[in-house]
Amino acid sequence: MVPLSWYLIVSAALFSIGVFGVLSRRNGVAVLMGIELMLNAVNINLVAFWRYNTTIASVTEPVPSELSGMVFAAFMFVVAAAEVAVGLAIIITVYRNWRSVIPEETDTLRG
Amino acid sequence: MFESPTLQTLTDYNIWIALPAIALAFGTMFLLVIDVFLPANRKHWTPILALVGIGISFLINLFTYNPEQTSTFGGMFVADAFTGFLNIVVLITAFISVLLSTDYLRRTETNHGEYYILLLLSATGAMFMVGANDLIVIFIGLELLSIPLYILSAFRVTYTDDRDATFVLKSEESGMKYFILGAFSSAFLVYGSALLFGATGTTNLREIFAAVGPILESSAENSGALLLLIGAALSLVGLGFKIAAVPFHMWTPDVYEGAPTPITAYMSVAAKVGGFAALFRLMIVGLSGLTLDAGVDPAAWQGTIQVIAAVTLILGNFVALSQTNIKRMLAYSSIAHAGYILMAVAAVGSAGLVPDIANTAAQAGLVYLLAYAFTNLGAFAVVLALENNDGTGTELSDFNGLYNSRPMLALAMALFMFSLTGIPLTAGFMGKWLVFSAAVQAGLIPLTIIGVLTSVISAFYYVRVIVNMFLLTEDEGSPAVGETAPVRYAVYASMAGVLIVGIAVPLVTNLVNMVSLV
Repeated sequence: MVPLSWYLIVSAALFSIGVFGVLSRRNGVAVLMGIELMLNAVNINLVAFWRYNTTIASVTEPVPSELSGMVFAAFMFVVAAAEVAVGLAIIITVYRNWRSVIPEETDTLRG
Repeated sequence: MFESPTLQTLTDYNIWIALPAIALAFGTMFLLVIDVFLPANRKHWTPILALVGIGISFLINLFTYNPEQTSTFGGMFVADAFTGFLNIVVLITAFISVLLSTDYLRRTETNHGEYYILLLLSATGAMFMVGANDLIVIFIGLELLSIPLYILSAFRVTYTDDRDATFVLKSEESGMKYFILGAFSSAFLVYGSALLFGATGTTNLREIFAAVGPILESSAENSGALLLLIGAALSLVGLGFKIAAVPFHMWTPDVYEGAPTPITAYMSVAAKVGGFAALFRLMIVGLSGLTLDAGVDPAAWQGTIQVIAAVTLILGNFVALSQTNIKRMLAYSSIAHAGYILMAVAAVGSAGLVPDIANTAAQAGLVYLLAYAFTNLGAFAVVLALENNDGTGTELSDFNGLYNSRPMLALAMALFMFSLTGIPLTAGFMGKWLVFSAAVQAGLIPLTIIGVLTSVISAFYYVRVIVNMFLLTEDEGSPAVGETAPVRYAVYASMAGVLIVGIAVPLVTNLVNMVSLV
């Protein structure tokens, strides 16, 4: 069986790539993709932890109190989808007025 | 596998203790449907119905207010004095924000019913965060609080070719900045939550508390302690963004300036209440046992919070000195106030071994939040009254000679500025007094000194507003186009709140004395 640490390393790497994407990308849509990567890294973590924390018996016949990792991951999908919907809508309105999706070029607010 | 619920199990679930939040959620859904079917000439009913919904939830909260801790949804949601008290703060904030919004939306031609629905949804999220006793509920509540706020920040968006319509550009820019940084920070929070879940095998805060001790004892043979530390640190980053603590504050001035003023008023309070409620619960209920030498040392996160509080106090107050726009100034002042409340969190952490002192500190933090809510809402109400439809009129110089044109508004603003400074007989003084004395009791002397010195500095920029209003009498003063009846009621309500919390002290302390987190 693949040890837990492998999953955690993949997840940490994915999270770091996401952070790098958010910080280095100038395009708003690419920033959004970075955020998605970060959230998906969390999902890998949650499911891996859940799988290793529960016994084999309770995987085939789940006990409600031991499902929290899965439930958390399911809520993550929902929230990530809602966030992307709102984020893309905001980015589109910004594009319509600025003809640009680059956050640094929208600079009416300073101080 | 699962038993289907019967009427008996439903009552066992105790759902009624979450009723204030559930009622507000139902009210919001109801309003969503009603608003669609309202004819165009009846649209002014939407805010009235929103106020009714908030009022109903407030009444339910008063009737179900119970200092005994009870839990529901399998321990995910708890109701105690902490929940009840902060629910009151959130509902008052939502009520005053709706009052501020009605005429503002009409005169800025953004009068859409969704606005009130999103505002109430956001308040619902804050109420769920306040009662959250589980990492999942904290996360869901935080997102329900934040996502509507991203939309509301960008609410003045219209399609325009007019480069001079800066209020449109500012609003959408603030929405985009808030969204990107908000989503970024919640990813940190949830990564931290996942690590805490991995280390302890549970998402319930009470069970996390129980699991922390054994993990630390056996940490020689596993890496659980490391996971706990990283998880706590990442959660702190995520919540630090929401409460606008330095160094996670960069979005605050831009978003506060660009967002519609009633939304700025709302989010400057509600987002902080939600963030601090989660911080108190997570750090105190969940992680207060996270320490190297249990029973001797304070919690491991306490030093970090002290440093963050000190930096927040210093930077917030000093940068506020150089601001010329009142909304930006109040943004930096709200950063500084987050520092004062963080002092209370740090005090709880360092006094974690002595429940009395720890509870006093938590209570001080709550009183501060209530005082801050009334004062900040009032200050933003006056700013809104002076703001023109195109977003101008929010410079400090626009306050020159306000006493000549609108003496009542000028007096109200002076009261709010005194309260933000912390002058006795105002709510702000009560909050600061309780927080400072709790910090001294907990032995955080250097932090208290920084707090006192920075509040002296803060007097400079708050009093400057008062000087502008009362002493620059050659100006004839702003016409205050936004000062309509609902705005005036909001100002009066905030004034009453500031004075009641400041003078009728026992009223608030009796309410808050029942709060015990430890």
